[in-house]
Amino acid sequence: MRLPDPEALLARLADSMRPEVASDTGLIGIHTGGVWVAERLHDMLGLETPLGTIDVAFYRDDYGQRGLKPEVQPSAIPFDVSGHDVIIVDDVLYTGRTVRAALNVLFDYGRPGRVRLAALVDRGGRQLPICAQFVGGAVDLGEERRVVSLARADDGTLALAMKEPRGAA
Amino acid sequence: MQRNPQLGEDGQLRHLLSIDGLPRDVLVNILDTARSFVSVTEREVKKVPLLRGKSVFNVFFEPSTRTRTTFEIAAKRLSADVINLNVATSSQTKGESLLDTVANLAAMQADMFVVRHASSGAPYLIARHLSQDIHVINAGDGRHAHPTQGLLDVYTIRHFKEDFTKLTVAIVGDLMHSRVARSEIHALTTLGVPEVRVIGPKTLIPPDVQKLGVHVHHDMARGLRGADVVMMLRLQNERMNGALLPSAQEYFKTYGLTPERLLLAKPDAIVMHPGPMNRGVEIDSAVADGRQSVILPQVTFGIAVRMAVMAILAGGG
Amino acid sequence: MVRVRISNGRLVDPASGRDEVGDLFVADGAIVASGRAPDGFTADRVIDATGLVVAPGLVDLGVRLREPGFEYRATLESELVAAAAGGITSVACPPDTDPPLDEPGLVEMLKRRASSLALTNVYPVGALTRSLGGERLAEMMELAEAGCVAFSQADAPFADLTVLLRALQYAATFDLAVWLRPEDSALASRGVAHEGEVATRLGLPGIPSLAETVAIATILLVARETGARVHLCRISTARGVSMVREAKADGVPVTCDVSANHVHLSEMDIGFFDSNCRLSPPLRHPRDRDALVAGLVDGTIDAICSDHTPVDEDGKDLPFSEAEPGATGLELLLPLTIKWGGGRPLPEVLRPVTVGPARVLGIPAPTLDAGARADLCVFDPSLWWRVEPSALRSQGKNTPHLGYELQGRACYTLVSGQVVFER
Repeated sequence: MRLPDPEALLARLADSMRPEVASDTGLIGIHTGGVWVAERLHDMLGLETPLGTIDVAFYRDDYGQRGLKPEVQPSAIPFDVSGHDVIIVDDVLYTGRTVRAALNVLFDYGRPGRVRLAALVDRGGRQLPICAQFVGGAVDLGEERRVVSLARADDGTLALAMKEPRGAA
Repeated sequence: MQRNPQLGEDGQLRHLLSIDGLPRDVLVNILDTARSFVSVTEREVKKVPLLRGKSVFNVFFEPSTRTRTTFEIAAKRLSADVINLNVATSSQTKGESLLDTVANLAAMQADMFVVRHASSGAPYLIARHLSQDIHVINAGDGRHAHPTQGLLDVYTIRHFKEDFTKLTVAIVGDLMHSRVARSEIHALTTLGVPEVRVIGPKTLIPPDVQKLGVHVHHDMARGLRGADVVMMLRLQNERMNGALLPSAQEYFKTYGLTPERLLLAKPDAIVMHPGPMNRGVEIDSAVADGRQSVILPQVTFGIAVRMAVMAILAGGG
Repeated sequence: MVRVRISNGRLVDPASGRDEVGDLFVADGAIVASGRAPDGFTADRVIDATGLVVAPGLVDLGVRLREPGFEYRATLESELVAAAAGGITSVACPPDTDPPLDEPGLVEMLKRRASSLALTNVYPVGALTRSLGGERLAEMMELAEAGCVAFSQADAPFADLTVLLRALQYAATFDLAVWLRPEDSALASRGVAHEGEVATRLGLPGIPSLAETVAIATILLVARETGARVHLCRISTARGVSMVREAKADGVPVTCDVSANHVHLSEMDIGFFDSNCRLSPPLRHPRDRDALVAGLVDGTIDAICSDHTPVDEDGKDLPFSEAEPGATGLELLLPLTIKWGGGRPLPEVLRPVTVGPARVLGIPAPTLDAGARADLCVFDPSLWWRVEPSALRSQGKNTPHLGYELQGRACYTLVSGQVVFER
């Protein structure tokens, strides 16, 4: 299975978003891959509202089985969420559980005017009624259990890779 | 020798009973996790759903409103249900044994016990007798340990000083009876602080304390010289007039932290105290409320540190 | 009376240093011969002791039988069975029962109960002061007549030094032996562990070595002054050993013993608050333990005792400082003595559990010579066994050695020629 080139996906994602955002639209990246994507989008779209980041570790529904991951990043939303037009950015959209958790985090900061979702890759396999308004591209992985994840090299270039899920033997 | 009962076979933290014997990376993980909880406590909604549906029992065999409250706030911010039990005033006085009390509480579907007890080691006994999936946090046992206090102290130091490996830390006062001091010493030495000093009269310094990796000073001025961090200990009322010390006044004269004495430490030294303070006994008000005091941030960080400990324990099971 | 032939055993006699394979013949409660059978001897019973050691039965100076008063912890019967199972044929029991052994009637009752069980011999130690209160002298002569072999305060303190002085003067008048636990109660008060690194680390109130050495110094001075025969029970410190060594060299009539636990363990064994290591005196520094071993080797310490103190579960399932001090010990005395001996000659190794304590007790020296009372222990010196509650006959199951593998176990125990235990 060959995974697509993230740089190409990023360009397509930015193109699809450009007509739909205003300069005060707030981008919020989900740690860690989503933050990298959001940082790039923030530049490419020339947004003025500072970038927000959230870590969903404290809101995950599988905490009871998997525990807390070692490094939880602080969430930081440097603008007032209430009434704001917000786009949550993630790298890979899969079950939808991360997005569900991210929405809960977001609502603990305030009541946004509108929330949309942007994902670099949609790999299918949804377990919740969640869909993205903006998608860089889709890959069909069927029954594949391995996780698709985004990596960032030292020079800032992004790459997609497959790996065993955390907690698997 | 038995295996350290706080750690599971995989090296994961199962209970927090003492800092003594915990590996450095376990401590660092708690501090890192606490940092993200600090950001949670700065939000408008200070609550996360991590421990939703879990029951945390605060079992205090020795009364302490302040410590119990900080654990209660921490548990509630994690969305746990909190049950407070002042056992000191109920079953124990009716003659029920410690283990019977605990077995009864465990039968009420507890997920976590926060235990304070007047006897050193009591939380070990409790942890040994509970089923695998119930976690115990030591909230202070006798003179032995107060690990969350030790952790919040090193969290505070890291917040203001960052690199542990360049610090000189002075701990002043009644080391003999202090569980806080013991936990501080283990936390500091584990995190690589090269010079930990303890300062006090010979009556309040326990024998062989240097085996814990500290330098003993009986002269306050010498001990404070060049310190980056000054940690004051509370002097209990009952120790002030007797065979250990002649009087509170004389203690203040010899070991009280005054603005003049603080000048001996580094200019940017921070002053800490676990509370509650005896102003004019171990610390001068001018210091307690002064520029170098970080006593109130300690309290704030204490909540986040306790949230981190609870989250890590409950997630490991 | 039964005639017993113990055949082909390794005869080990600490009194004479003898160590050779042979037969031993017992009749009418006494040893009648060894090597060749006496003329006309026909055995009612033959014990095959091939591969086993045949030695005099052990003498234990520190055994709490818990009767009267503490029958929920142990009974005379359960503990005397345990003694026999440990190869012990004589025990001395301290007076800290409830009520204390301060009246002849109580002592007679204890002696009668013990002799009706016909197991191990019991030698009561009487109370030195009434109710062990440390103030008024007990009727020592009356108690001696009832069967007390010595007088003691057990772990109870004297009200003041005047009482100690008077007690030793009075005992010296009638040449009665006085056994004392050297511990200054004020210095030891509220302490639960040796004052040192481990107590500091665990935040346990400490008992300084000074609590023992101050008491030994005081007792030795008073003993010198009064000329009383003094035996020091359970010494635990290096300094204490050297003080006794000097006193003996000076001709002071003093003897002393040590608990088998203290010969092997130190404060380090407390680990994570193991209440089985809550003992009195406390387990001390490894240096102290080494000095106790050296004191045994050079004869400064006369006896190893089990310091048998059965404590029930409820007394141990408590935080360390609230747990009751004490450990079961009767069935561990033999293997712990063998372990202490290491590779040294067996007759020498067994001396602190046979001839040494017998001299302190004032009973005839245990020996395998013809004419001696047939109190015997036949044991397998190489058998390994695991210390666990089910392996112990004592009602007390708590010992710091729980879970340890120990070597050496009694197979037959004879008291006055009767087999009182066999495995």
